[in-house]
Amino acid sequence: MSVEEKYEIHEHDVIVVGAGGAGLRAAIESSAMGCRTALICKSLLGKAHTVMAEGGIAAALANVDTQDSWQTHFQDTIFGGKYLNNWRMVELHAKEAPERVRELERWGAVFDRTSDGKILQRAFGGHTYKRLAHVGDRTGLELIRTLQDKGIHQGIDVFMECTVTRLLKDGDRICGAFAYWRETGRFVVFKAKAVVLATGGIGKCYKITSNSWEYTGDGHALGYEAGAELVDMEFVQFHPTGMVWPPGVMGLLVTEAVRGEGGILKNSKGERFMERYDPKRMELSTRDVVARAIYTEVKEGRGTPHGGCFLDISHRGAEYVKKKLPSMYRQFLELADVDITKEPMEVGPTCHYIMGGIKVDAETGGSRVPGLYAAGECTGGMNGANRLGGNSLSDLIVFGKRAGVSAAEYGKKKAAPEVGSTIATQIEEAAQEMTAFFGRPHAEDPYKLHIDLQNVMQNLVGIFREEKDLSKALNKLEQLKHRARNVGVAEGHRIYNPAWHLCKDLQNMLTCTVAITKAALMRKESRGAHSRLDFPNNDDYWSGHNIVVKKVGEEMKIEPHPVVQVPELKPLVEEKKAKEKK
Amino acid sequence: MNTRTFKVWRGDQQGGDEVTYRVEVAEGMVVLDAIHQIQRTQACDLACRWNCKAAKCGSCSAEVNGKPRLMCKTRMDDYPDGEIISVHPMKTFPVIRDLVCDVSWNYKVNKKIPPFTPKKDANWVMYQEDIDRVQEFRKCIECFLCQNVCHVLRNHNMNEQFYGPRSMVRIASLEMHPMDALDRSKLLKEDAGLGLCNITKCCTEVCPEDIHITDNAIIPLKERVVDQYYDPLQIFWRKIKGDHANSKPHHDKPTF
Repeated sequence: MSVEEKYEIHEHDVIVVGAGGAGLRAAIESSAMGCRTALICKSLLGKAHTVMAEGGIAAALANVDTQDSWQTHFQDTIFGGKYLNNWRMVELHAKEAPERVRELERWGAVFDRTSDGKILQRAFGGHTYKRLAHVGDRTGLELIRTLQDKGIHQGIDVFMECTVTRLLKDGDRICGAFAYWRETGRFVVFKAKAVVLATGGIGKCYKITSNSWEYTGDGHALGYEAGAELVDMEFVQFHPTGMVWPPGVMGLLVTEAVRGEGGILKNSKGERFMERYDPKRMELSTRDVVARAIYTEVKEGRGTPHGGCFLDISHRGAEYVKKKLPSMYRQFLELADVDITKEPMEVGPTCHYIMGGIKVDAETGGSRVPGLYAAGECTGGMNGANRLGGNSLSDLIVFGKRAGVSAAEYGKKKAAPEVGSTIATQIEEAAQEMTAFFGRPHAEDPYKLHIDLQNVMQNLVGIFREEKDLSKALNKLEQLKHRARNVGVAEGHRIYNPAWHLCKDLQNMLTCTVAITKAALMRKESRGAHSRLDFPNNDDYWSGHNIVVKKVGEEMKIEPHPVVQVPELKPLVEEKKAKEKK
Repeated sequence: MNTRTFKVWRGDQQGGDEVTYRVEVAEGMVVLDAIHQIQRTQACDLACRWNCKAAKCGSCSAEVNGKPRLMCKTRMDDYPDGEIISVHPMKTFPVIRDLVCDVSWNYKVNKKIPPFTPKKDANWVMYQEDIDRVQEFRKCIECFLCQNVCHVLRNHNMNEQFYGPRSMVRIASLEMHPMDALDRSKLLKEDAGLGLCNITKCCTEVCPEDIHITDNAIIPLKERVVDQYYDPLQIFWRKIKGDHANSKPHHDKPTF
């Protein structure tokens, strides 16, 4: 039987994998440029993790602090990233974010307002001026819903609850993707001239995480397997404030907006301990500093009963808290029996975001694989060694648009790929990989393997790292990879079978965790979100190099690359460095 | 640590039944935690839709002891010790497997609603007091619990004639947007079946975001439709004025 007879096939100019802010924005742009566009997502439309983003969209609109400018936003981001960012990406982001936010408003988004009727902006960690456009504490919902409602009227073909397991290549060039429907388990082949990966992060690799079910590093792994480079994988952001109690909600995000609206952190002794770690910025220091501070306070015995620190916003008054932080209010009341208008919250670090991802060209979002683009959290370079709050939502819309434009331009230029014999072989291999999970004798339990993986990463590749833990982690990960070759489920149905789905997700998680651990081992310094107990200082060499991971043959190779700088921007960077030294 | 008894519906379109599971319950556990435990230890293929576990994505809608709830915010301690907890998929939508049902109808209906269309002279100056009510509607996480509980859809199967409370909230958020140019009254009256709502307010009761669906969205929309089509004085007055001076165009479908 030929491929056409055996499988459901769809043909498009551009396919976008992932329907969060970046994916939706890319698909909207691609279809607006006249390309037949497919949007493939693992969950239901509108339910990607973007929906949970709470803080706001960082953009130098200067509606509240009129002295704000793209230059200051650039400087804040570069400093937050501890100078490892791709400077050109940071420049484009700072320059284009304001227009992208205004565009959202033109598409129906309704942000909180200033007293003169403009978009209100709030303060946030690491931002010199009040920069975050927001809606209470549900900005992510506003963003994704606005893009969703815009996108569905543009003729984009949406494939919901469809998981891509492999990218297909015609020689060097991307020519499509292989996927399965979660609902039926049936396989589907997407032919396309260009692919945009926008699959989000890797949070599910860690035990304590704010991330939703979906975030298993699929795009990172798909890109890596297809020949793209990954960069900055060692930089995993642990958001300082996740819930810690009760156990079922451990890791759930407590937005930085709580601190943006005046929340203060205290240890068990009642001390406002941030004074010892960053007296200038206090609670609104960058996330890596606050996370390490809380972790240290707890480790040194000054933590709360459940192993966190106290975050208190009750002094702002009940009306204000309920108005500006309604979902935080409900979350704590309903899930932890805590009334945040009256009492403090217990919070602690949680794996939240990965700065690392597919290495892309700043202007086009293109990887080194022809036809393969990427945007959003699954890319690296924009945020360097540490991301500022609010910069992710703006990253999604700025680079989502750029990737959409580039993918569309590429899709218009190129002829459609053939489903020749090499592609047919790839398709059969991909199908075999999925069906092989069924009926394996003495198969490994995917749920157990997942828990083991999460424990390795949580305990050995966490906030504070050192050589012996990282090497131990690498050994354990190799053992897990070995076990994962034998992971499987009992012979049964493929209808919405979560254990079966997890078997494949685990393979992606293992690729990502090995990359993270290897890069963490190589970077012998502490910078941003990567803290080495055995190398606690900055290192001159590493201050000018990123770590790149790529597949060579069957091996994972890692090597340093110089930071991508832009000569014209050097004065801005030097000015910021001088300011921060004081 | 104690053990509780769960009866979870297992099956598909052809049929199914409740299956009993015993689950170890820890402090602060929610029903979704129990489902996950069952998946990990007793029934690895138990189909369940979920995502964020923080009541923000609207994925884990189900019926727990007969009440439409989000499983991630249904606390075990809401149910007295010893009470059996039954978990069923949403009844109104066709079941796919176990707790997962086919909610695609909601997406199809949403597509029929003409989207936000800015006024030609929109200046984008909006004041907080003007957008408070629109922001209430835009809190909707599309959990579809309101659609599930509405008797017009659930008991009378009128999904061809009625768009449901979620859609009414969406339409209200557009109609009341200060910069929106369209008038969706004809759609509300005809295709969307606004008149079929008889204000029983079950939707408001189940909304996990506390949106006052009936009072703040549906009733004002009904009033607008009445003004437009049924109020003889208003109709007469419009005729005298020589039709609408600064009216909005009537559109059922987007014009682009």
